[in-house]
Amino acid sequence: MLEKRIIICLDVRNGRTTKGIKFKENIDIGDPVEMARFYYEQGVDELVFYDITASAEKRKIMIDVVARVAENIFIPFSVGGGIGSISEMRKVLLAGAEKVSVNSQAVRNPSLIEEGASLFGQQCIVLGMDVLQDDSMPSNYRVVIDGGRIPTELDALAWAKQAENLGAGEIVLNSIDADGTQEGYELTVTRLLTEQVGIPVVASGGAGKIEHILDVFTKAHADAALIASMVHFGTFTLAQIKSFLHKNQIPVRLDF
Amino acid sequence: MSIAVVDYNAGNLRSVETALKHLRAEFFITSDPDKILKADKLIFPGVGEARAAMKVLHETNLDQAITDYYKSGRPFLGICLGSQIILDSSEESRTACLGLIPGVARRFPRQAGYKVPHMGWNQVLHNGSHYLFKGIPDAASFYFVHSYYPDPYEQKARITDTEYMIKFCSTLSVNNLTAVQFHPEKSGKYGLKLLQNFLAARGI
Repeated sequence: MLEKRIIICLDVRNGRTTKGIKFKENIDIGDPVEMARFYYEQGVDELVFYDITASAEKRKIMIDVVARVAENIFIPFSVGGGIGSISEMRKVLLAGAEKVSVNSQAVRNPSLIEEGASLFGQQCIVLGMDVLQDDSMPSNYRVVIDGGRIPTELDALAWAKQAENLGAGEIVLNSIDADGTQEGYELTVTRLLTEQVGIPVVASGGAGKIEHILDVFTKAHADAALIASMVHFGTFTLAQIKSFLHKNQIPVRLDF
Repeated sequence: MSIAVVDYNAGNLRSVETALKHLRAEFFITSDPDKILKADKLIFPGVGEARAAMKVLHETNLDQAITDYYKSGRPFLGICLGSQIILDSSEESRTACLGLIPGVARRFPRQAGYKVPHMGWNQVLHNGSHYLFKGIPDAASFYFVHSYYPDPYEQKARITDTEYMIKFCSTLSVNNLTAVQFHPEKSGKYGLKLLQNFLAARGI
């Protein structure tokens, strides 16, 4: 039986892992390669690295991080954050990432998904999408870009379906309303996407308690749950999370 | 000992490379048919589309080299797409394949509640008798990402099963050739163990 994945997210700025609340206040929480190794040994199923370095010249630092992570962990990981061209995708993949994640740049240029999928394979291309609740939209959710700052005219569900048609292999759905609150995932929009699109959906934003992860699997049928603060700050261990899910009949990878 | 990893422009070989380096294997990545024929062991990885992959193999004469290598009887490991295009054909773009093992690569059916591609960790059910699974518990999880799966005609070629909608063959083996649908290079310690078992094999 296919297991539900627990994915840990690491935000990387200038080669260091940071954590912010609602895209503000960032604090340094460690070396991304060491953290990746630690979580790998603890049994994480997958990792996501977001490069939140603004400038292009500092991109090289991120590529170096990716290459060192690839030498140290033998599970899939994806890299996102400001990737806006095929050549940037190629650099990240050749450095050893399994997948690349595109977000705002794919909204500006949807052919990025199509070209990436045809060159590197559908399984390589992850669409990251940030959404805000908005009753004026057909699905009640609006796509926002640039770290949640800029609203677009795109409806969340329509954009997810379009991305699937363009060749995205997976969607990471982040609720800006829930992100950083630690009050739980946005279940409504997660369920909407998991039911309406044919590719895996990773729920992101809002996890603070183990029950939140259980909820997003049982009530919203997410394929994977993305977590950050709850493990970065030592509130919970992966072992606690997986054993709780296992006791609640969620198939998870326990022997690693 | 020289291990050839076939490079035929089907996806990124970097993760196979880092895993083999980690295991301190002596290997080289090549698209040269002569070097493949002379190798002691062969790893045939790949992700991507069957027809495009077969086109490249044909244009580079790698199809013949891989077939001749298989006939030599030396150890051969196929991974992911490399577990599909060793069969007679693939349903993907109705592609004629290498025909090393009788069978077809089939697409997962459409079924409510099941996403395609089958992506993530899933259990590999085996009876423990095959050398690649030495030291690996039955039902250990491996990382999968694929929309097609190998379906060999001969029952005895089916070494492991995995369940996703249906029970499909996740490892097949005939003579010196064993191929896995999952990605051992991305499957943590059991994936590394499987690769190590292949590196340690002294031929079949």
